[in-house]
Amino acid sequence: MKKIKIALVGQPNVGKSMLVNSISNAKLHVGNFTGVTVEKTVVECNYAGYNLEIVDLPGTYMLSDYSIEEIVTSEFLANEEYDIILNVVDSTNLEKNLQLTSELLNLNKKMCLALNMSDEAVKEGIEIDSPQLSLLLGIQTTKVSAVTKEGIDDLLKSIVQTFVNIKKETKLVFSEAIEEEIDSIASHLQRHGFKTKGSLRSVAIELLSGNKQRYNQLRALPIWIELQGVVAEAIEHVELHGGSDDIKEVFAEEFMSFNKGVVAEVVTTKETKEETLTLTQRIDKILIHQLFGLPIFLFLMWSLFQLTFEIGSIPMEWIENFFIWFGDVIGSTITNEEVRSLIVDGLIGGVGAVVLFVPNIIILFIGIALLESTGYMSRVAFLLDGFFHRFGLHGQSFIPLVTGFGCSIPAYMSARILKNDRDRLLTLFIIGFMSCGAKLPVYVLFVGAFFSESNAGNVLFAIYIGGALIGLIAAKILKLTAFKGVDEPFVMEMPKYRLPSMKLILHTVQTKTWMYLKKAGTFIAAASMLVWFASNYPKNLDLSALYEAKIEQTQNEELKIELENRMNEELLEKSYLGQAGKFIEPLFEPLGMDWKMAVALQTGLAAKEVVVSTLGVLYSLGNEVTDESRPLMDRLQENISFASAVAFIVIIMIYLPCLAASIVFTKEAGHYKYFFYLFIFTTITAYSLAFLAYRITLALI
Amino acid sequence: MKNILECEKGKELRIIKVHTTGSLKQRLLSFGIMRGAIITLMAFSPTKSTVELMVGKTTLALRSDEAKAIEVEVIE
Repeated sequence: MKKIKIALVGQPNVGKSMLVNSISNAKLHVGNFTGVTVEKTVVECNYAGYNLEIVDLPGTYMLSDYSIEEIVTSEFLANEEYDIILNVVDSTNLEKNLQLTSELLNLNKKMCLALNMSDEAVKEGIEIDSPQLSLLLGIQTTKVSAVTKEGIDDLLKSIVQTFVNIKKETKLVFSEAIEEEIDSIASHLQRHGFKTKGSLRSVAIELLSGNKQRYNQLRALPIWIELQGVVAEAIEHVELHGGSDDIKEVFAEEFMSFNKGVVAEVVTTKETKEETLTLTQRIDKILIHQLFGLPIFLFLMWSLFQLTFEIGSIPMEWIENFFIWFGDVIGSTITNEEVRSLIVDGLIGGVGAVVLFVPNIIILFIGIALLESTGYMSRVAFLLDGFFHRFGLHGQSFIPLVTGFGCSIPAYMSARILKNDRDRLLTLFIIGFMSCGAKLPVYVLFVGAFFSESNAGNVLFAIYIGGALIGLIAAKILKLTAFKGVDEPFVMEMPKYRLPSMKLILHTVQTKTWMYLKKAGTFIAAASMLVWFASNYPKNLDLSALYEAKIEQTQNEELKIELENRMNEELLEKSYLGQAGKFIEPLFEPLGMDWKMAVALQTGLAAKEVVVSTLGVLYSLGNEVTDESRPLMDRLQENISFASAVAFIVIIMIYLPCLAASIVFTKEAGHYKYFFYLFIFTTITAYSLAFLAYRITLALI
Repeated sequence: MKNILECEKGKELRIIKVHTTGSLKQRLLSFGIMRGAIITLMAFSPTKSTVELMVGKTTLALRSDEAKAIEVEVIE
């Protein structure tokens, strides 16, 4: 089968990833903001006897080296092997999108144009004469809609056709002054026998427009000595003619006037209810209102956490009862006491404690998915930029930070939208302060156990906002010390508001929930069994024999139960986990924590959900005699003081992210030394703030 | 010389010159902020530190400090 390698290029947020999904049934992450795709992804599919390999590149406004993601795209286009460029444009904003198209035309590759969002354009009364556009640009153009899947087949056809046909010369023409200079450079190259894969014209254009890679390549050649003078003179002429001392500006203006001409010829806008504001502008009047914008945002966040707690707690009892019933049923079929305990207390208990929080997780993920897909996220970045700026963060840091409320791993990766390395590193260090979805179970557990139900949603909101505020302060401190430097400009596009498709939201939430459940079934299950093992072994037969003899002798029922409790407690303390816990207990004593809590925090370094399952195993083993079906919340309430619980929450908020996230952090930061900085930074902050929280709470009660 | 922040909200303005260089200039160019382009001031953020601009059909958020560099004239 013949292979066609396609480079998918377009400006940010024109629906490239969604188009790939429509073509190939892939499941790439999509959203309604700039920079969803930060790394190139390759998707393959078959069409008409061809194997199409589509490389989904991060969106870029121009072929420049502004941010990491844009470098990824520019370098791929310049250096990698591929057959065709598939340029995706937003039909509703053709003029702006064509800026990139004109640059791509200069690359002198086979190229197709996909006029995406054509359904939206029709709704807005925009009509594009696509055959005429093809004629003007000299490439095939096809109207498609990634959402409705209209025109996908035509697009694939045109890709294959373009691949089979011989490449035509592009039709992009510049003003006379520039064309003259292009000719003079091209003929100079020809006279000196310069050979290239593409055309001499495109080399000349690249030299004239200041393409760094082309310069680097030619600088090593002998013809450079004379060429240099020719190019310098040409640039001087062009700048003089353009009335600007910046060749890039002259070229941008050239492209713009070419595009304006194209748009004037092919686009007709039906004058619908003219002069009234667009829907987006009307919504913006409210949502980014100078006074009400921020309160509205805070209210929306508050509502999200209220819902997370209120609705999330409804099915909780059912899930809890199910796992107790399930444990009983399974347990009754196992005769071996050891195996029964491993399965019921270790495996089912541990996994059950984590699965319990699936409803909360689902609601949180729906909230984040809505934020991402409606276009509201960029508005919040706009509202918060001034505030963030004061704390030394970039307004666009908001996007990775919000992603961090879901999971830190994609958040670390999306920090690539930040151009400046210092801004990016700073943001990377702060992301952990945004409590991720895996921490939610721990919070819900403790908030449910230690606060009244009417207050729980508020406390949850306070924890998240509190974490974010601590993060901002930490950012300020880091900016003043470790990441000193000049502030980067803030230029961000605000996308149109879009009604998110139910299918898309459902798909995103489903994927993430499934990942959570999968993690519960594999990683958490294994960790729970490990915790069970470490808390049951080594067997201390002497001790249990001693206690059992005592229990035999007593007649008093109450004393019997007390003795049995004490035996279990002491056995637990003598286990591997107990010994380790006892060893680190002195460190956690100033925070009012016993060794069980200390151990739970340590296991949280593997994954935050494990904290819950560890607590589940530790607090059920020690109290087996008391009513076994008592929920974990009640048991925590009995065994932990309010102040220690507060300190525990504070540590969870701040300390090191999970193992997987730490690895991604190190990769994105670029050096392992940053991991040690992160470790030291978060540990010291977490410990001192937890200590303060503990002392203050004690003093207040 | 009039910069964009000194203009009324909602008025159409023509860009005369963008007084900046380097990567910011390039960024602005890629959004169509260049000589001759028509631009409208839409809104301010709560502390007026950020502004919302319309260039063609594109809505942009820009810091006020940087927006100052855009010299404009009011279209009569």
